[in-house]
Amino acid sequence: MATPGRSKQGVEVRFGERLTPARQIVRSALTSGPGILWVNVFLLVPLLAVIAMSFLTRGSYGQIGLPLTFENYTRLAGFGAFGFDPLYPLVILRSLVLAAGTTLVCLIAGFPLAYFIVQLKPRAKQIALTLVVIPFWTNLLIRTYAWQILLGPESLAARLGTALGLVEAGQPLYPSLGAVYLGMLAAYLPFLVLPLYSSFEKLDWSIAEAAMDLGADAPRVLRHAILPQVLPGMVAGMILVFIPAVGQFVIPDLLGGARTVLLGNAIQQQFGSSRDWPFGAAIAFVGMAVVMIGLWYYARTAGSDSEEALL
Amino acid sequence: MAAAAPGEPKGLMGSAGSARATAVEVAGVRRDFGSFVALDGVSLSIRPGEFMTLLGPSGCGKTTLLRILAGLDVADAGQVLIDGQDVSEVPAHLRPVNTVFQSYALFPHMTIRENVGFGLRMKKVPAAAIAARVDRMLDLVQIASFAERKPAQLSGGQKQRVALARALINEPKVLLLDEPLGALDSKLRKELQVELLALQRRLGITFVFVTHDQEEALVMSDRIAVMRAGRIEQLGEAEEIYERPRTRFVSQFLGTCNLIEGTATRREGLAVLVETPFGSLRAEGHGAPAPPTPEAPRESLTLAIRPEKVRLSPPGEEGENRVPVTVRELIYIGSETHYLLDAPGGLILTAYAMNARIGSQGFDLGQAATAVLPPAGLLVLDD
Repeated sequence: MATPGRSKQGVEVRFGERLTPARQIVRSALTSGPGILWVNVFLLVPLLAVIAMSFLTRGSYGQIGLPLTFENYTRLAGFGAFGFDPLYPLVILRSLVLAAGTTLVCLIAGFPLAYFIVQLKPRAKQIALTLVVIPFWTNLLIRTYAWQILLGPESLAARLGTALGLVEAGQPLYPSLGAVYLGMLAAYLPFLVLPLYSSFEKLDWSIAEAAMDLGADAPRVLRHAILPQVLPGMVAGMILVFIPAVGQFVIPDLLGGARTVLLGNAIQQQFGSSRDWPFGAAIAFVGMAVVMIGLWYYARTAGSDSEEALL
Repeated sequence: MAAAAPGEPKGLMGSAGSARATAVEVAGVRRDFGSFVALDGVSLSIRPGEFMTLLGPSGCGKTTLLRILAGLDVADAGQVLIDGQDVSEVPAHLRPVNTVFQSYALFPHMTIRENVGFGLRMKKVPAAAIAARVDRMLDLVQIASFAERKPAQLSGGQKQRVALARALINEPKVLLLDEPLGALDSKLRKELQVELLALQRRLGITFVFVTHDQEEALVMSDRIAVMRAGRIEQLGEAEEIYERPRTRFVSQFLGTCNLIEGTATRREGLAVLVETPFGSLRAEGHGAPAPPTPEAPRESLTLAIRPEKVRLSPPGEEGENRVPVTVRELIYIGSETHYLLDAPGGLILTAYAMNARIGSQGFDLGQAATAVLPPAGLLVLDD
């Protein structure tokens, strides 16, 4: 057959059925329709609503209404009613730093862990992967409170710290920055380990052997032969950690002492107690935009030749 | 590496002077994978500049031996000397050898130029010197026009050349090749065999070449080590391995061979008289083992003869080593005809006859004939 799948009339034949334009539309609607509908109703429409809301004005009692305004954005940029105050830019920056720190901590812990799991025997591998996923079976809030117990004044960790002279007797190990990162690590590690693990699983070890054979010692085998191969999985994992970590505020609140405002609780505050939905919408939109711009920038550079330059 | 200084090499080779006599010395190397014995005490000496082939079926241990030479695997017992130096404790990246991998194992994220220059970069050679040597090497293996491409953009044969260039640029004492032509089609394979051989002669580097292809082994090697179940079954020059196989396995693995069981009855000089289903045969094949001792005069043994050594004569011919046969099957392949012959005792003999005469050739299906088994072509096997 010279032109498979096409009859004389130019109508495509698929699975033995002639696809007329009308049938094609029906078929597309049946196959892609639900997905498109889902994305529109549950993602696109709410998103547009948030964006629209961010240009509206809050009334005296928290009602949302006209006129259209940029005030929410100028306030977010720090130019409020009482002159310049970098509160919100700092909130965004702080959230980005926390997310970046979390990503780094997860990477430091996740890379060796993924490598370790990959070289286990099949049975042990199954168990290890299950152990990685198990925390997902419990609510984040409960897990975070559990950390409070584990880091409390009577906990083993605190007593160990006391014995080593690092902590005052009877003091809990939280609130502290270390406790925040520990909680973040515990919450987000699986997001990084799973994609990284699947990259390691597909790793072509003969390339690592070739590097060794050509005179590369262990660090350089890692750098030149292993990292380039697992980079896609690693970056995917880092993105999966970074994005939710930007909006995370429960863990910093519970383990960090609720002293600082982050993107997440700023938004929650505006939609909650402050009853300023338009301003909350503006914060949400800007936070999302910052992350999207970051991803877009990465996609652009990774698309070119600079994967190795990134390292 | 400089010539071995006095006192430097230790182990098998006693003095520094004699260390230069072998490029690779393998002594009693053993390797187990769980209950599977991959190498069962292998010993082998490879001369400098030699093209040594490790030939055997999959699972015979040939690749494991190569990996142990490269330092990518570790022997459980035994010793390996490269260029007179005991390398048992030397990690792969410090050994004076390089490997061409079966799967090529090119770095997918690097260009061809970067791939080839990698070894020199690891040795901290200045960038300008690397560039010059890479250019020369790319010319040598005729892939200069692909220098800026990525491995994914090359064909199998081109990748093979890159893998070769990437290894050779380091000027290794020994180049290890693990079925380098295995993934290529037969035409390209033959071309690259010739090229590889020419390159080896020109550079004078010792090659250790692993293959399961007997024809490739015969074409390329100075010497062949035929391996089976973790042991070297026979070691020798290509012609010797083919013409005088010592065991059933070697005779069958390289080419085709007729095997005839019998019992030795008498010895006359170098020849052995063997009682077989074809009657008494006289075998004068070289490498025949010690004749049966007077205490055990009727020792059972196996005779081997290559099909092309079997001569076909008209039926009824009388004389020594003549067997009456009938043509059971014949395969005409142009330059020669292959005969399957029904022989006494229900045996089938294979004979290859060159179609050298002009006009009609040989015998017809079902025709009677006499198979002549020349005494010099009949070998007594070890097993």
